[in-house]
Amino acid sequence: MGELKQTSTAVIEPGGGAGFATTKFEAALAWAQKYSLFMYPFVTACCGMEFMAVSSPRYDFSRFGSEAPRFSPRQSDLLWVVGTITQRQAPILKRIYEQMAEPKWVLAFGTCASCGGFYDNYSTVAGIDKIIPCDIYVPGCPPRPEAVLDGLLLLQDKIQKGDRRPAIVKPRHDPAEDQNLGLVQLRRSRNSRPPV
Amino acid sequence: MSKALVELLKKQFPASVIETHSLAGDETVVVEPSSWKDVARFLKDDARADMAMLVDLTAVDYPDREPRFEVVAHFYSLAKGHRLRLKARVGDVEGEGAELDTVCDLWASANWAERECFDMFGVRFRGHPDLRRILNYPEFIGHPLRRDYPADRIQPLVPYREIPNIDKIAPFGPDEGMPFGRQTHARGIDEDAS
Repeated sequence: MGELKQTSTAVIEPGGGAGFATTKFEAALAWAQKYSLFMYPFVTACCGMEFMAVSSPRYDFSRFGSEAPRFSPRQSDLLWVVGTITQRQAPILKRIYEQMAEPKWVLAFGTCASCGGFYDNYSTVAGIDKIIPCDIYVPGCPPRPEAVLDGLLLLQDKIQKGDRRPAIVKPRHDPAEDQNLGLVQLRRSRNSRPPV
Repeated sequence: MSKALVELLKKQFPASVIETHSLAGDETVVVEPSSWKDVARFLKDDARADMAMLVDLTAVDYPDREPRFEVVAHFYSLAKGHRLRLKARVGDVEGEGAELDTVCDLWASANWAERECFDMFGVRFRGHPDLRRILNYPEFIGHPLRRDYPADRIQPLVPYREIPNIDKIAPFGPDEGMPFGRQTHARGIDEDAS
């Protein structure tokens, strides 16, 4: 994803020893919000293992201010939907989302939460955006912790910008661009269309 | 070992055993549905069989056959270490009349297995204490593992949101994966300020 653009509008005023800064209220509020994302982990499937990895010390998303888990939706800002959502579980997820107080954000962790993955069947919701609005999609089965951190930074960027559109994390390594993978070449020659 | 078991069943239930076959060392006995319970009880109680464990009970749908469903039970003897597969064919082409006697009172694990079999295939088990759906929700219509259940038929409990392109999967355009500060088509805060 690369480094983020400098988004702060703060101006440091030179003062006699005790300096002060001016900024816009929205920018300061967004700055506070993006570094204090209390999270509600809605963990349903195997992606939970990767969620544990990204929350444990080696990757540690608490470095980005997303530390405190709150198992009450009233107190949380960010809903992590980690894993497959079945049709039977959809009412529970929707209810959790509706219980959260504004402002709230939703992060779809993994392919199943983003679009249903390979579960194209009677039992699975093909992506949580079918039932609740989703802000960030993190693809991967499961996603690498780096991809999750990219998604978290993307969400912080989004909060700072005040943007309401969803966004998707781009994979750092795209298999379709790897010429050495015979499988991809086979698929490409069969479809005979330019690589995306 | 299991071959002797098949012979034993043939001798014990000469009118009920329809056919037997063997594949890769696994013996299969197909019996009449009416004697399903009797054969199962014999397999559990007889000292030569001693099937203490019901490994699995499920069904297979053959839509071209009559009877349509093949209910399959796998038995295992913990003491003797032998296995047997028992089958019974039930149901007409429409899937109606698929009924068998329950074996819940013989093996407690049959309770959930029969409920799953009912949920997925619609095979009913006479005498089951609590024959409800086990995996699908009660509002579900039909039996999803039947071959004639449409592959793309979903029955959402929550109505899907009414927004354009709800069936479309992300990505969202040429700036997919870009941070918001770099999105060229974005109508960002910077433009609003200027």
